[in-house]
Amino acid sequence: MSALRGYLRADGCKGIRNVVAVAYLVECAHHVARAIAARFEDRPVHLIGFPGCYPNAYADRMLRRLCTHPNVGAVLLVSLGCESFNRRALEAHIRESGRPAATLVIQESGGTRRTVARGVEWVEEWLAELDGQIAVPMGLDEFVVGTVCGGSDGTSGITANPAIGRAFDLLIEGGAACIFEETGELVGCEHHMASRAATPALGEEIVRCVAKAARYYATLGHGSFAVGNADGGLTTQEEKSLGAYAKSGASRIAGLLKPGDQPPTGGLYLLDVVPDGEVRFGFPNINDNAEIAELIACGAHLVLFSTGRGSVVGSALAPVIKVCANPETYRKLEDDMDVDAGRILEGRATLDEVGREVFDLVLRVGNGAPTKSEALGHREFILTYKSFEPAGPACLPAAA
Amino acid sequence: MESSDPRLVLLAPEDNCVVVARALRRGERVTIDGAPVDVERAVGVGHKLARRPIARGEKVLKYGAVIGTASAPIARGEHVHTHNLESDYLPTYTLEPGRAFAAKQG
Repeated sequence: MSALRGYLRADGCKGIRNVVAVAYLVECAHHVARAIAARFEDRPVHLIGFPGCYPNAYADRMLRRLCTHPNVGAVLLVSLGCESFNRRALEAHIRESGRPAATLVIQESGGTRRTVARGVEWVEEWLAELDGQIAVPMGLDEFVVGTVCGGSDGTSGITANPAIGRAFDLLIEGGAACIFEETGELVGCEHHMASRAATPALGEEIVRCVAKAARYYATLGHGSFAVGNADGGLTTQEEKSLGAYAKSGASRIAGLLKPGDQPPTGGLYLLDVVPDGEVRFGFPNINDNAEIAELIACGAHLVLFSTGRGSVVGSALAPVIKVCANPETYRKLEDDMDVDAGRILEGRATLDEVGREVFDLVLRVGNGAPTKSEALGHREFILTYKSFEPAGPACLPAAA
Repeated sequence: MESSDPRLVLLAPEDNCVVVARALRRGERVTIDGAPVDVERAVGVGHKLARRPIARGEKVLKYGAVIGTASAPIARGEHVHTHNLESDYLPTYTLEPGRAFAAKQG
């Protein structure tokens, strides 16, 4: 019996959702794209996009990856017409993957009203087509899961994060690829992480990338540390890091990814989210959804989100499972939380039990069950300017 | 994760702080390492109390690892937070005119 059910794409990958993506290629096309997607509120039509008018290689690569993500079955691009984004190259890339794609250029389509009408018509046609697609068996070895923490507090590192780590260990044992991230929230853990690396050269790359993150944040004036983190009992960056690190579980680290890189095999991967070079465009990721978008661009079919203070977000394109670390928060925000990991703190469950519960829920969601944030209609998405160098050969020993 | 008091969690035997598992009221009596101590202020879930006296300049340990340096002497049972603990890496940003961030700006 297969673990999951997936929609097979022409390029051979399988998605656990069958989404029509509507992507705006500049903020000036955002309203039109949103108006198209808004006509399909209860259907899997998700809005993504890039607001900038000026070219950015990172944003270009992110949209290529997101538009050909396994969960995406068809893509409608919405352009104003005069922005710098290379819409033709993006559409060609999506078509090469075998997915239906079309581009509407507002300046050539008669403005807002007519472009929305044409877009709605296109989406309706492809939604009907995707609705007829039968899901096929999908193995854990075809599955990618990401994890992020947001609104962390002093309970995150004791309950939800290590429970996600246990779930990661179980998924990896079954052949899945799992990705953890935010190198700026791993400051202080770099040498321990390096000792878990598949090769010594990968270990050196990990130490280098955490040092880069510390330098980057030092230039910005403070770390990846929000006011709520301190309200929740976290005092220092390294304390937050130690808690965040527990999400990675106990597996060997198989590689170091940059946003948009796909894990070449199953196993545990670290995603380097901090830009290369001098500080250029501000904070590496301006909020949790920027990190979720990067995990999805690396191929994550779903994302495990650990929260202590209580985040309610979901995401476009991939389901988000909310694992609540703090039992008081769970009682306040139960409707938004998928897992009550704070039971560990109150002696009502063990870490192993909650880890198994997260794993079982991942399988159910991978078989089509909606998460709380999906059922509530959360489809947050953000993409901003960043810049990266390609990962070096030592970062992915399995691909070498 | 054993502690004699269910309201507190000791994460590693070498730690000099414990984590609060149930919100504590001002003046509430807790037991750390078998000996009672009264908490001097209300302390929320996830916050830390000193397990033993910590001198200014001494490292604070949680998860068996260093999470920063004490910026003031800390008494046994005292709340360990931004007023008496600072990062060895990056200053912590808070909405209060906290010393760590103010020092960075000044």
